[in-house]
Amino acid sequence: MDHLTYIMASYGLAVVIGGGFAVSAWARMRRARRRLAAIDPRGRT
Amino acid sequence: MRGGPDITRAAHGRKLPEPARLQTAPARDYVGGVDATLSRSPQPVRNLHRFANPGRFLRISGRLLPPLAVAAAILTAAGFAWGLFFAPADWQQGDSVRIMYVHVPAAWLASSGYVALAVCSVLSLVWRHPLADLAAVEIGPVGAGFAALCLATGSLWGKPTWGAWWVWDARLTSMLVLFFLYLGHVALVRAFDDPQRGYRAGAILALVGVVDLPIIKFSVDWWNTLHQPSTITLTGAPSMYVGMLWPLLICALGFTLGFAAIVTARLRAAVMERRIRALLMARARESG
Repeated sequence: MDHLTYIMASYGLAVVIGGGFAVSAWARMRRARRRLAAIDPRGRT
Repeated sequence: MRGGPDITRAAHGRKLPEPARLQTAPARDYVGGVDATLSRSPQPVRNLHRFANPGRFLRISGRLLPPLAVAAAILTAAGFAWGLFFAPADWQQGDSVRIMYVHVPAAWLASSGYVALAVCSVLSLVWRHPLADLAAVEIGPVGAGFAALCLATGSLWGKPTWGAWWVWDARLTSMLVLFFLYLGHVALVRAFDDPQRGYRAGAILALVGVVDLPIIKFSVDWWNTLHQPSTITLTGAPSMYVGMLWPLLICALGFTLGFAAIVTARLRAAVMERRIRALLMARARESG
């Protein structure tokens, strides 16, 4: 496969950017859910 | 009083003084707040508001998010594997054409994400949609990320194909402008002490920036550019080998679902964070 470095860099960037957004969104959602459950146990989501 | 409780009266029935009346008015910043314009809105807009109820949004999105995220991961992984290992190389560009399976979906998502941002801005400015402001705030950084991915992978594709990392070509420049519009929106909505002013300023910027979208789309037709013209259009048959088209479409679908899942997860977090703030403020007010 020619230009392998460029190809791998592109796919790597996609994984890092997409994965980074996904992990940070999931962590933020989890943190918010825990805080909300601690403040208002009735308002479970 | 007909048509609901009089919010200008406290529980004991006495008329409240002006500052207290202002405090009890349903603030737009509070997620449970009801917009007074709702009852005067046409039926489709009332339906829109019904589905914008934060509690209902949390319930529906909580059910939708897991299958959305799983489908996005499976489709993207399948599309990447197909594009990397099974799709044919281009007779002219060689294997560097495989960058297309990342670059093109990222470009589509950067543009369609901006359309979503503009739609949220209209909903926010015209109908004061309760979730539209939050959605716009959450779409901004994700759209900027996809625009950055598009520019970076374009650069990585340009070096082996054109011999240059960057050229001031109309398509590349207009996409760079889109990236800056996203960054401007991200900065502007967070630049005010009063969030409502930030949301309004961001919405206006987003709507002004829509002018960049047709420039991106038609730049390859209007100007003599180094960037290749569109191979897939809504009106004509694609001028692409079917063995390359399928992995591209699968990657595009995976990216679209991934974008939707990320924005939904961020929006859920934002709604919960806003509810936490509202509850803490209410408690602080109660305790004096």
